[in-house]
Amino acid sequence: MKPILQVQNLSKDFIKSLDLVAKGLNRIGQSYKEEVVHAVDDVNFSIFKGEIVGVVGESGCGKSTLGRMVAGILSPSTGSVEFDSSQANNKEIPSALRTQMIFQDPFSSLNPRKRVIDIVTEAPIYHKLITPSEKRAFATEMLQRVGLDPDTLERYPHQFSGGQRQRVGIARALAVSPEFLVCDESIAALDVSIQAQIINLFVDLKDTYDLTYLFISHDIGVIEHISDRVIVMYLGRIVETAPIETFVKQPNHPYTQALLAGVPRLEVGKRQYEPISGEIPSPLSPPTGCHFHPRCKFATPRCKAEKPALREIAPAHFSACHLNDEA
Amino acid sequence: MDPILKINNLQTHFFTKAGILKAVDGVSFEIGAGEIVGLVGESGSGKSITGFSVMGLVDPPGKIIDGSINFKGQDLSALSNNQMQGFRGNRIAMIFQDPMMTLNPVLRIETQMIEAIQAHDGSISREDARIRSRDTLGLVGISSPDERLRAYPHQFSGGMRQRVSIAIAMLNRPDLIIADEPTTALDVTIQGQVISEMQKLCRETQTALLWITHDLAVVAGIADRVCVMYAGRIVEQGSVANIIANPMHPYTQGLMGSVPSQNRRGKPLQQINGMVPSMLNLPAGCAFQNRCNHANEKCSKIQPDITQLADRRQVRCFNVPAGQQV
Ligand SMILES: Nc1ncnc2c1ncn2[C@@H]1O[C@H](COP(=O)(O)OP(=O)(O)OP(=O)(O)O)[C@@H](O)[C@H]1O
Ligand SMILES: Nc1ncnc2c1ncn2[C@@H]1O[C@H](COP(=O)(O)OP(=O)(O)OP(=O)(O)O)[C@@H](O)[C@H]1O
Ligand code: SF4
Ligand code: SF4
Ligand SMILES: [Mg+2]
Ligand SMILES: [Mg+2]
Repeated sequence: MKPILQVQNLSKDFIKSLDLVAKGLNRIGQSYKEEVVHAVDDVNFSIFKGEIVGVVGESGCGKSTLGRMVAGILSPSTGSVEFDSSQANNKEIPSALRTQMIFQDPFSSLNPRKRVIDIVTEAPIYHKLITPSEKRAFATEMLQRVGLDPDTLERYPHQFSGGQRQRVGIARALAVSPEFLVCDESIAALDVSIQAQIINLFVDLKDTYDLTYLFISHDIGVIEHISDRVIVMYLGRIVETAPIETFVKQPNHPYTQALLAGVPRLEVGKRQYEPISGEIPSPLSPPTGCHFHPRCKFATPRCKAEKPALREIAPAHFSACHLNDEA
Repeated sequence: MDPILKINNLQTHFFTKAGILKAVDGVSFEIGAGEIVGLVGESGSGKSITGFSVMGLVDPPGKIIDGSINFKGQDLSALSNNQMQGFRGNRIAMIFQDPMMTLNPVLRIETQMIEAIQAHDGSISREDARIRSRDTLGLVGISSPDERLRAYPHQFSGGMRQRVSIAIAMLNRPDLIIADEPTTALDVTIQGQVISEMQKLCRETQTALLWITHDLAVVAGIADRVCVMYAGRIVEQGSVANIIANPMHPYTQGLMGSVPSQNRRGKPLQQINGMVPSMLNLPAGCAFQNRCNHANEKCSKIQPDITQLADRRQVRCFNVPAGQQV
């Protein structure tokens, strides 16, 4: 089977320009240089049709940058993201619309001066997927798909609750019949009881419209619930990808193991935390070799010197750790 | 032993143009020495205002209109702002979600910590205060504390800043700490570090801790007892073990069902339908009725009272399973 989406050697560098303080200090003889952040650093993976692939990792590890490149709204520094058009459900939809992104903050991504009916139909009309005369019927159907009362068509975004706004955002994405959704912390801003509603909606939509997802979340409980496969990132690199069962039961990479150990869980109840030590290093000057070595309890001198390659250690299970060479 | 904090029927209301908003409406609970109590609930349920009420930090149009806040035998709600000042940062400390609520960006950590100590103990020397500051930084897991003391807040990561603000809360060995979403902005790995240090501190120093969060799983990991809040009221409270094993209030049951977990993979999450009613426009009767599967006539007319159960457990619902009442 061919993947529907293939990401190859994808990288994104950001130049962090000097702030005023550094500029001032330079004038009095110090030498601050512009710094480069390797936000995403030579990443490879593929996604098969109908999969939900979760992306986890600590703040600043490059999840959003990766998601934006996959969605085509940020151009890579190097590398490629390829979508296999032959597997598309709707081959007549322009390729630019195939991937849609759903953001964390439904409020800032919706135009506050537009009514819901216009928010949802703007792109389909522009791309001539529907005619202006079909607008109302089409918007009604879209709202019903995401569980919103069509009576709300004439409302503005501020007249909705957070969960309802997120539904409007999803309706807008669905309106162009996408094949692939990139969800970036799409439920993080919602109340717990509303999160469950939206997670269920994502799963229903996937089944109904044969969608494929890249699902970014810092909440590992959510990732475990929704994903078929998980990508674990650390300081711009993929350190492990695994099918969900493997991720949960036999994580290979020491970072993944540490991450899972820190997840609060209802079923475990009160417990003694044994957290990994140390801070997340600055992405501006990541540690040499294996980025994780300053926090890794298994680190050896080799880990400091040499970057471990991401290797397949079991079918569909990849990990980047030198420990796997010894076994 | 008497509890450190005993809140009884607290009523904190906001007198807004649009009407009276009962942010805290008849809240009662207590915390013993060395005990950790979790206060959970969704956005707007009144968690922070409960904490602010204890700290004497409720500003107009908000006002504590009834109830008592008994701290080691003294009713705080009757104190003037000046008298409260003597407790804040000394006997009672607060940790906020954003550590910059505590930290001053333009002062070295050292200066801030020494000031916090000397503000409550005029007789301590600068050098002694510095030593205590350094030791407290070590206590919350900050390595090379001597060096860190000389730094400014912006030179720290978010997790480290939060640990500094915890250290500042600990400085004067308070009897009670109120922590409002202290780990919500942190990564899980750092959250684990902070939780483990707080647990240790409370055990070792017998500090009472109120841990405010929207995350039931975090509470399950850290707290001894939990209070579940909905629309200004505590709807259920009891030991973490009892409530996780056997939630009785329909809202608690819904909350637990909506937490994703490995065990429920592949099945839809149990969801609580609808949304929280406006706090300015609560229905007569039970505030949860529009989302409750067990609601009946009575629920829409009368507010359910607290039912007292074994093991200091309380539920505010008409449908407490028969045979559980004491
Ligand atoms: N436009 C930008 N300019 C400069 N640096 C950037 C930019 N966008 C992201 N970065 C940097 O790239 C790195 C990765 O950022 P990214 O937002 O992708 O992380 P993330 O994993 O999504 O984090 P979070 O969990 O906090 O959302 C960070 O160090 C960030 O500071
Ligand atoms: N200054 C104020 N004026 C009017 N109403 C207020 C004020 N501060 C808080 N409230 C209201 O009091 C209620 C309780 O607020 P509180 O901040 O305690 O909620 P919370 O449970 O801490 O929520 P969150 O999880 O979002 O922090 C809310 O309905 C809020 O809108
Ligand atoms: S390569 Fe070395 S430092 Fe990196 S995770 Fe493996 S053992 Fe740890
Ligand atoms: S009192 Fe009635 S509406 Fe309220 S939680 Fe209990 S059963 Fe539901
Ligand atoms: Mg992000
Ligand atoms: Mg709050």
